[in-house]
Amino acid sequence: MKSASETRVVVRALVASLVLFAGANAFGADVLIRGAKVHTIGAQGTIANGDVLIHDDKIAAVGTGLTAPAGAAVIDAKGRVLTPGFFGGLSAIGLEEVQLEDSTVEEALDIKAPFHETQLRPEFDPTVAFNPRSSVVPVTRIEGVTWTVLAPGTPVFGGGNFVTGQGAAVTLDGRFDAELAGSRSLFVNLGADTFSISGGSLAAQLMLLDQAVREVRAPGAAGEHALLTPVGREALGRYVAGGRVVFHVDRAADIRQALAFAKRNRMKPVIAGGAEAWVVAADLARDKVPVILVALSDLPANFDRIGSRLDNAALLQKAGVTITFMLDDEPTHNARKLRQTAGIAVAYGLPFDAALAGLTANPAEIFGLGATRGRIARGQVADLVLWTGDPLEISTLADQVWIAGRPVEMRSRQTELRDRYLERVKQHQAR
Amino acid sequence: MRRILSVMVCAALVTACAAPAKKPDADKNGPPQPLAQPWTLPADPYPSTYKVPRSSPTLIRGGIVLTGTGERLDGADVLIVDGRIRAVGKNLDAPADTRVIDAHNRWVTPGLIDIHSHLGVYPSPQMNGVSDGNEATAPVTANVWAEHSVHPQDPGFQTALAGGITTLEILPGSANLFGGRSVVLKNVPAVTYQGMKFPGAPYGLKMACGENPKRVYGDGKKMAPSTQMGNMAGYRAQWIEAQEYMRDLKEYQDKLARGDKDAKVPKRELRLDTLAGVLSGQIRVQMHCYRAEEMAAVIDMSKEFGYHVAAFHHGVEAYKIADLLAENGICAGLWADWWGFKMEAFDGIQENLALVDAAPNGCAIVHSDSEEGIQRLNQEAGKAAARGERIGFAEPAEHIIKWITSNPAKALGIQEQTGSLEVGKMADVVVWNGNPFSVYALADQVLIDGALAFDRSQPAAKPRSDFMLGQPMGSAP
Repeated sequence: MKSASETRVVVRALVASLVLFAGANAFGADVLIRGAKVHTIGAQGTIANGDVLIHDDKIAAVGTGLTAPAGAAVIDAKGRVLTPGFFGGLSAIGLEEVQLEDSTVEEALDIKAPFHETQLRPEFDPTVAFNPRSSVVPVTRIEGVTWTVLAPGTPVFGGGNFVTGQGAAVTLDGRFDAELAGSRSLFVNLGADTFSISGGSLAAQLMLLDQAVREVRAPGAAGEHALLTPVGREALGRYVAGGRVVFHVDRAADIRQALAFAKRNRMKPVIAGGAEAWVVAADLARDKVPVILVALSDLPANFDRIGSRLDNAALLQKAGVTITFMLDDEPTHNARKLRQTAGIAVAYGLPFDAALAGLTANPAEIFGLGATRGRIARGQVADLVLWTGDPLEISTLADQVWIAGRPVEMRSRQTELRDRYLERVKQHQAR
Repeated sequence: MRRILSVMVCAALVTACAAPAKKPDADKNGPPQPLAQPWTLPADPYPSTYKVPRSSPTLIRGGIVLTGTGERLDGADVLIVDGRIRAVGKNLDAPADTRVIDAHNRWVTPGLIDIHSHLGVYPSPQMNGVSDGNEATAPVTANVWAEHSVHPQDPGFQTALAGGITTLEILPGSANLFGGRSVVLKNVPAVTYQGMKFPGAPYGLKMACGENPKRVYGDGKKMAPSTQMGNMAGYRAQWIEAQEYMRDLKEYQDKLARGDKDAKVPKRELRLDTLAGVLSGQIRVQMHCYRAEEMAAVIDMSKEFGYHVAAFHHGVEAYKIADLLAENGICAGLWADWWGFKMEAFDGIQENLALVDAAPNGCAIVHSDSEEGIQRLNQEAGKAAARGERIGFAEPAEHIIKWITSNPAKALGIQEQTGSLEVGKMADVVVWNGNPFSVYALADQVLIDGALAFDRSQPAAKPRSDFMLGQPMGSAP
């Protein structure tokens, strides 16, 4: 065990670096990060001894031997690894504080109405309930996660819907108006997990979806038996002509049906979950449909996921499918674990660079943000993470995170708890 | 997120972490626990039928060996004869017919042990027809035995094996104050659960603190317990009954001994058999408990009735009472980073394991409570170790490995048999393709009692559950 004083030095050093960053920011000076191993995820590849200049909220220059502008704060990366800010997967960060406390769970529609009135509510939009002051936000962002896609969910106990509503990407820097423009998407749950609220089969789900689309095209045709509310028709109408629709679906045959449905209705499909996506990798590659996959799936959790395997990511990538990652196990509170799952995908054959792109540029592209996020390149928003080492490795930690050019205070409710009880353990050791 | 329901049912809502009541072992650091009364459990009616498979002598040569006792030996050999560790050291001589596993540049550790699993009782696929982990019909079901729910064809046993798991404790869920008996299994393929039972492992009793019993009974069924104080009253009432049960039996035995032919045989009750097994030190209490103050109250209760808690499971707030746990010789089965899924998990921190470990005589254990987590206990330990290092508690790999080998063996009372690479112990061994605390680490070979149970280079020989037979492509080779 290290001594207490040694520990305190470490903690103080971290705090000191915070003060330095905060000071630099307060004066509005440029920041030059010098001597990092820069994974640009872009045309410049990986720069062994690279420099990145931040000006305001943007990346102003990327290269080697950059000159610090007058007044710039210079950070010596000492060879540490710099990446774009990581994606937090499909989550409810800022929408959910405690999973089992209903009053803190806002990502799902739960209006206690009969399910036929709630199953198809494309107008439900939980992003307006996003709370940037949630304790989950700092807990997550100090681990290098700078943005996430808020995905409307299904209530844990009873009720719910299979067209769950609309979601969007948000930045996690704590601003109120956090939505990232151009990322809006509709979310649809297909398959066995929602059978109980959508007619008991994939056939029923597609039947209901077809009817809903018809109501958009011919609003009066359904008469008294309309599935959609007037607002719902407007909302769905924004997706039937070129909108992005995330189909959460696992079974290979069902994925093909989702692709066909999207094609019929000129939607831009994204497959989420995709446990058996590797089976239909050729179809996905041909149609340029990306997959947000759960890299840990290797058990037949249900009969839609019999073909789950740990090299799903590797097989899809090899086939030319754009991939990124999500969690199906506590995706909100565990969002910081997403990079571990990418590392596991590497252990099962996914190339390292593809895994890193899967946490950065790929999700940005999938959600329409590629022009501003996901890479380290001139003009991109300065969402950056300085890591102690290989960012996919579990022994690696984020040393400093910047979002939109501003250094994140590397503290959270959890670090406060840690520091309080660290003292108690040390006192006990000293006895 | 649509899979939350199933996850919560397994992991948070109903899974209880019970730890088997620990016998007052000589190795325990806590104060000696009084034995309530002499008591003998009825003879083992569902005995293990596991037989150590025959295997040729095996020499694992030249690896980086973490012994599980806190030692690291670089370039060392592990010699296995008749299913047991025969020798550990450099340049060992091997008998003529020895199978050699070249471990140069690879790492060798004891087989991993998970003290908290529901494999078999909540098998994959998670169908209603096989969801047998929680007898959530009454808050006290000390009469049920988890082994009677174990489905040996759960494909999760094989994915856990690929992660180096050689021994695991299967627990009932955490809906109930007293969930029932646990069972310790060797991770070997078998048609019956008896064929997996760890020979001689003591039974555990699963108990649960906190929100789950309150939610299932108070909220769900409008009956006791509905509060934390109701939970405590519920446990205490049972221990009082168990004391009476033991006293009645003792009186009967005394009368018999005095030649009293009119002595009436007390009625036997399964529930009280198990509770009396705890009070007499033969069954180990494994207790699901998140909050610091609940654990502290349970520790006092264990002294009130004269038993010992082997381990608190989940213990999200264990770091707040790391000293108390260590002083009482109680292990803590913990996650590296799960938090926030309910109020009692809201104070979870990633340094929990490191802080529990740092207390003098602390006994930190990484457990899973998850068919996914059990596949990577080594990575969970690696994450927690990195958090410890950042706050000044850097520990080497040879220490961290104890969190997933010898410490869980101690909590289960099987430390004389497995959990470390010491001469005479079961040859439960994992050969890793690199540092096991890396995200890229994979188990190359897993040996159980000296027999090759898993070999990554031989996918065709990999064990497959009946369920996976004939399915179009299972998990990755």
